[in-house]
Amino acid sequence: MRHLLSAADLSRDDALLVLDTAEELARVADRPIKKLPTLRGRTVVNLFYEDSTRTRLSFEVAAKRLSADVITFSAKGSSVSKGESLKDTALTLEAMGADGVVVRHSASGAPHRLAGWISGAIVNAGDGTHEHPTQALLDAFTMRRRLGRLEGLRVAIVGDILHSRVARSNVLLLATLGADVTVVAPPTLLPVGVDAWPCSTSYDLDAVLPKSDVVMMLRVQRERMAAAYFPSAREYSRRYGLDGPRMASLPEDAIVMHPGPMNRGMEIAAEVADSVRSTIVEQVANGVSVRMAVLYLLLGGDA
Amino acid sequence: MTAPTRSWVLRGVRVLDGPPSDLCFADGVVSAEAGAGASVLDADGLIALPGLVDLHTHLREPGREDAETVASGTQAAALGGYTAVHAMANTDPVADTAGVVEQVWHLGQLAGHCDVHPVGAVTVGLAGKQLAELGAMADSVARVRVFSDDGHCVDDAVLMRRALEYVRAFDGVIAQHAQEPRLTEGAQMNEGPVSARLGLTGWPAAAEEAVIARDCLLAAHLGSRLHVCHVSTAGSVEILRWAKARGVRVTAEVTPHHLLLTDSLACTYDPVFKVNPPLRTSADVEALRGGLADGTLDAVATDHAPHALEDKETEWAAAAFGMLGLQTALSVVVSTMVSTGRLDWAGVADRMSRRPARIGRVRGQGSSLAVGSPANVVLVDPAARWTVDPAALASRSRNTPFAGMELPAAVVATFLRGRPTVLDGKLA
Repeated sequence: MRHLLSAADLSRDDALLVLDTAEELARVADRPIKKLPTLRGRTVVNLFYEDSTRTRLSFEVAAKRLSADVITFSAKGSSVSKGESLKDTALTLEAMGADGVVVRHSASGAPHRLAGWISGAIVNAGDGTHEHPTQALLDAFTMRRRLGRLEGLRVAIVGDILHSRVARSNVLLLATLGADVTVVAPPTLLPVGVDAWPCSTSYDLDAVLPKSDVVMMLRVQRERMAAAYFPSAREYSRRYGLDGPRMASLPEDAIVMHPGPMNRGMEIAAEVADSVRSTIVEQVANGVSVRMAVLYLLLGGDA
Repeated sequence: MTAPTRSWVLRGVRVLDGPPSDLCFADGVVSAEAGAGASVLDADGLIALPGLVDLHTHLREPGREDAETVASGTQAAALGGYTAVHAMANTDPVADTAGVVEQVWHLGQLAGHCDVHPVGAVTVGLAGKQLAELGAMADSVARVRVFSDDGHCVDDAVLMRRALEYVRAFDGVIAQHAQEPRLTEGAQMNEGPVSARLGLTGWPAAAEEAVIARDCLLAAHLGSRLHVCHVSTAGSVEILRWAKARGVRVTAEVTPHHLLLTDSLACTYDPVFKVNPPLRTSADVEALRGGLADGTLDAVATDHAPHALEDKETEWAAAAFGMLGLQTALSVVVSTMVSTGRLDWAGVADRMSRRPARIGRVRGQGSSLAVGSPANVVLVDPAARWTVDPAALASRSRNTPFAGMELPAAVVATFLRGRPTVLDGKLA
C-alpha cells in the first residue's frame, strides 16, 4: 500500500494489520514518555484546506509521537488564498521533500489528484463528500475494543449518508471486515445508486435499533433543510434522532458512536452522547493510535 | 489570396460503399474527368466521403485564445476530415451580435482550413433573459442559421417558445443545451452508482430528458424547428423517437465521447473525463448507438471543447467541463458504429456530413459527390489504426479523453472546394 486514499484500498489483511498495529501503539500513550523514534528524519505535511481541529490535531499528535518532522499547512493565510492551484502547492511540497502528505480538502478526489503529482505517500484525511478512511479505521478499532469482534457485528449508520465521507469509508471498511452494515436515513439523504453499496438500507430507525450492536450517528447540517432534504430540524430529530427512549431499545451491550462534531439535540440527545454506551471520547483517543499506525505502515518501511 | 485551384484525380477510390473508381475535381467541383495536368492521388483502398460538417465546435476565439484559436481549431477540424464547423457562441465577448459573428466568420475565411459558420447566442450574454438580435446575425455576412446558448439551457419556457417562433422568419433553428438548472446545481457527473461511490454531486438523466420533452412539445405546438445538442441518455433517445414518430420537426446530435465512454472513468478523478452533459452508463451508450443507427439521432457533433491545462489540472469539482473531439470523431464513429456493423459508409456520410449540413442550412456542404457538386471531400484509410497522442493534436489544448487509445481509420486527405487542406495526413 503506497497511499491511503479510500477504505477500498485496504484488503482484510491490510485493515487488520492497521488495527493490530494501532493496538500496539496505543500502549505508548500510557507511558510517561509518549514518543517513539520510528519516523525520525521523515517529513509529514498536514495539508488542510478545510477547518478541522479534531482531525488535524490527531494527525499532528500521531506524527509527532513517531518523531516525524511535522509541517501543518492550513489553507487560510497561505498562498492558497492568493489563488495558488492544488497542483502548484503539490509541486512545492514535492520540492521540499515531503515523505507523507495528509490532506483534507473540500473537493472529492483531491487526494487522488495529489497522488499523481507527489512521490510521497498520500493519506486522505477527508475529501469532500467522498471518504475519510482513517475515521473508518478508528471507528472499527473502537468497535473491536468495546465489543471484541467485527465479524458479524450489526452496525447501523444513521443520518446524512448522501453527503457523508464517514459513511462511505465505514461502509466499505466494515464490509471488508465482515460486519453487517445498515445505513439509515430519510430517502432524500441516501444517494441514488446506494443499492450498489455493500450494505442494507432502511428508512426506519426504530426498526433497525433493536437489531444493532453499534449505532453510529452522523452530523446533520441544519442548512440541509433549505435544500428540502427534510422539512424541519424538529421533524428530522423526531424521526432520525437518537434520544433516551430510542437508546433503550438497543440490545444491552450496544454502543453509540459519533464522529463529531455533534449537534446535540438534533441527531443525538445530550443524555445519549454522555451515556456509558457512548464511545465519542474514546474515538478521539483511538484516532491518534490508528493514525500513528497508518503513518508507521506507510512511511516506516524504507526509512 | 489562395493559389489557383488545381484539378485532381483520386485514383481507384471507393466513393462511400461503392466500387473503386476515379474521382475527379476541377475548378472546385466534382467533374466527370480530370483536366490536363491534374494532380494524381493514388487512393487505392481509400474511401471518399463528403467533407464532414460539425454542428458543435468551440473555437474559443475571441476571448480564450490560450485554449484555442479559429486557426488552430480549424486545423484540427481539417485534420479530422471536416470541411465546415459551427463555432459555438460562448466566447468572450459572447457571439450575440452581428459584429462578433462576422468577426468569427472572417477569421475562418482568413485561416482557410475549413468553413466556419458561427452559431449565434439565443439570449444576450447567454444570460437567458432577453433575446439577442437573432435577425441581425441571420442577415450578417455570417448568415447565421443555428442559434444556441450552449453551456446554458434556455430554461425559461416562454423565452424558448419565442425563440423557436422567431427564427422561423429566416429558417433558423434553436439548438438547445438541455439541462434543467435546478436539478443540476453543482452537478459533477452522471447520477448513479458511480457518483454515489465517488461522492461527486449527481446529474440526473431526468434533468436532460425533462427539457427535451418540454421542447419537443413546444416545437410540436408551434410547428417550429428544434435541434437538441449532445443527447446523452437512453431516455432522451426514447423521447426523440416518440416526437419524430409524431412528426415533430426535431433533430438531435450525439457526441463521439458519449458513443464510447462511460461514467466509470470518473473513478480516476481525472477531469479530462469531466464533460457537460456528463458521461453516462453503458446502457445509455448502447441506446445512443441504436439511436444513431436508426436515425433518431441525426448527427454526430463533436462538442470539441478545448481547455487550457490549468483548467483541467485541478481537483475534479474545480475543473472546466469539456473534451477535444475534432481529430478523433471519425475514428470513434468507425470504432463504435462501422466496426460494429451499425452504420455503413453511406451512413457515416449521412450522420457526419449530409444531415448536419441540412440542419445548419449550410450551402455547398454535405453533398452527394455527384458531378457538379462542390468538391468538399475527405479521404479515409479504413484499414489504418493509430494511437491518440495528445501532444500530436493540432489543437492548442490537450484535453482529449482518448489519449493512448488505439482507434481505427485515419484521415488521409481533406479537400475544401477542390483545394487540399490536408494531404498525407498532414496539413497541406
